[in-house]
Formats: sequence, structure tokens, C-alpha cells
Amino acid sequence: MEWPGFTAVKEEKMHIPDGYLGPATCGIFYAVMLPIWTIASKIVQKTLKAKQVPILAIGAAFSFVIMMFNVPIPGGSTGHAVGGVLVAILLGPWAACIAITVALVVQALLFGDGGITAIGANCFNMAFVLPFVGYYIYKAISYNASVDSNRRVFAAGVAGYIGINVAALLAGVEFGLQPLLHHTATGQALYCPYGLNIAVPAMAGEHLLIFGWVEAIVTALVVKYLQKQSPELIEEREVA
Amino acid sequence: MKLINKLWVGMGILVLISPLGLLLPERFKAGDAWGEWGTDGIKELVGYIPQGLEKLSSLWSAPIPDYAFKGWEEKGLGSLSFAYIVSAIVGILVTVCIVALVGRLLIKKE
Repeated sequence: MEWPGFTAVKEEKMHIPDGYLGPATCGIFYAVMLPIWTIASKIVQKTLKAKQVPILAIGAAFSFVIMMFNVPIPGGSTGHAVGGVLVAILLGPWAACIAITVALVVQALLFGDGGITAIGANCFNMAFVLPFVGYYIYKAISYNASVDSNRRVFAAGVAGYIGINVAALLAGVEFGLQPLLHHTATGQALYCPYGLNIAVPAMAGEHLLIFGWVEAIVTALVVKYLQKQSPELIEEREVA
Repeated sequence: MKLINKLWVGMGILVLISPLGLLLPERFKAGDAWGEWGTDGIKELVGYIPQGLEKLSSLWSAPIPDYAFKGWEEKGLGSLSFAYIVSAIVGILVTVCIVALVGRLLIKKE
């Protein structure tokens, strides 16, 4: 089946490239991310201990490499997990925001994966919304659960699934708004040519069906592993 | 073995099998236009090249575009897999260095 929406969104996955978002959208997301990055730095400065930095580094590296694992939908599109909900569960959402931002900036600058004009938007979706949504869902479901409880594994899976799906939905909306915001007098789009009716179902659909489950499984499996290997990482603590 | 070392071993395994992220989409004919997505492709899809997209899409020229070495586009999957692994290593090293730097700037020694 060749559905234009799927083909169109196929290459960009969750990393919005240069040229798909207009200058206004790019600017707005940089402007939104600036205070978020500032707050994240301040909170991490207060809460993160020096001995946690290696875990933060490995979290960022994990997020970087897991995004290279493109999972195919046969004959259709590819996508990947982000690993961001996992980092949020282990170090808190603000630290995760910094870790994923670093991974996304490296991907954009060195590998052209995601545009440099879209770093603000990509960070909003994957480094802000994804870890925060995932973190609070995990917190809610694992409330009062013991460190070795299976409820934590379940909570991690659900958090991963919902976190990446909300991020994908946002990316779809950002793509889909472009033809409304920017077009020529004759109606030709200037940037992403696909509207909400195509971009949102394409982005949301494939993450609901496939990539959300990849994020869920990755998140749940690592939490399960760490419950045995390093319960202190899973323990409840007041990291902002 | 310390946990952090175990995690790095796991990361090493991920790096070694990372070409799966390149080979599986190839095998299942998904993302067959990998790295070739450009203004030509979009013209085929919608019948024209959005003007702003055309301008912005060539704004940045990444040193290792799409995790492949420049000029290697026509090489076989073996070479591309090798480039993919090298990209993963480079990316991880740079990421870790930046986080370490950020950590050093933000966090005072205890």
C-alpha cells in the first residue's frame, strides 16, 4: 500500500529535518526551549551529585545509540525508540531533558539527523515532553510500589509507550500546521506540504502500532534488569 | 564488575549490533530511500518542491550525513554497516564528552 502520508513522513521519523518547519515555528520552539534548558540546568545543578554524572553520560549515550536502531514497518516507514523515558525514570525528567538534548544536538550537527533549525522543536518533543510525560506516568503507576515490584516494570513500559506517543503526536501536529501557516498565493506549501489530516495519522499511527511498543519494551526491560543489578537506581528519591 | 562497567559493556554490544538499524529497514524495503530523501523525492510525491523547504533543506552540511561517510553512498551494505558502527562510536564519544563537560560546569565537587 502506498499511502502518501506514510511515504512522506518516512524519512523524517521523529527527527524533523531542516525545511519542514517554517521560520516562525522554529523560532517559537527555540524560544520555548530556552527557559526550559535554563531551568533544567539550575535544577540539575542543585539535585544531581557528581557521582551521578557518569550515569547521566551513559543515559545520553544510550539515547543517542538507541535512536540509530531504525525499526522497519515492512514496505512502509521506519522509526525508533528514544530511550528518554528510561533516563527520566533513573535521573528525573530535568536531567533527562539535558541528556536527550545533548544526544539530539550531536545527531543534528554531526550526522544531519534532525535539522539545526528544528533543534528547538525536536528538543521540545523528545527532550522535554517525552521524559516529563513518561516520568509522571511512571510515578503515578509505581506509587508506593516496592523497589523489586513488577508494578515498576509495568509502569516503565506504560510510561515509555505513552511518552513516545505524545511526542510523536506533537511532531505530527507541528508538521501538519505548516501548510496552514506558510503557503504561496496559489496555495503551494512553502515547508512541510502535508496537513494535519495526513501528518497526524501518519506520525501517531505508526507510533501507536509499532514504535511505541519498542520504547515500552526497552524501558521495561532495562528497569527490570536494574531492579536486580542496582536497586538503588530504582529507589524512590526526590529528584526534581 | 561494577554496574557502570556492565552498562558500558551493554553499550558496546549495542554499538556492534547497531547496523541492524540500517540493515533491517533495507531488508524489509522500508526506508529504501534512506539518505536520498531530498527535493527530488518530495517533487515526486506532491508534484512540486516547496520553496522554503528547498532553501532550508541544504542549510547544514553535516560531516557524517545520515551516519555514512561522504562519497560512500554507492558502497555496499558491508561498508555502510562499518560506517554506521564508526558513527555510533563517534556519536557516543562526543555525547559523553559534552555531558561530562556540562556536568563539570554545573556540579561542584563534593
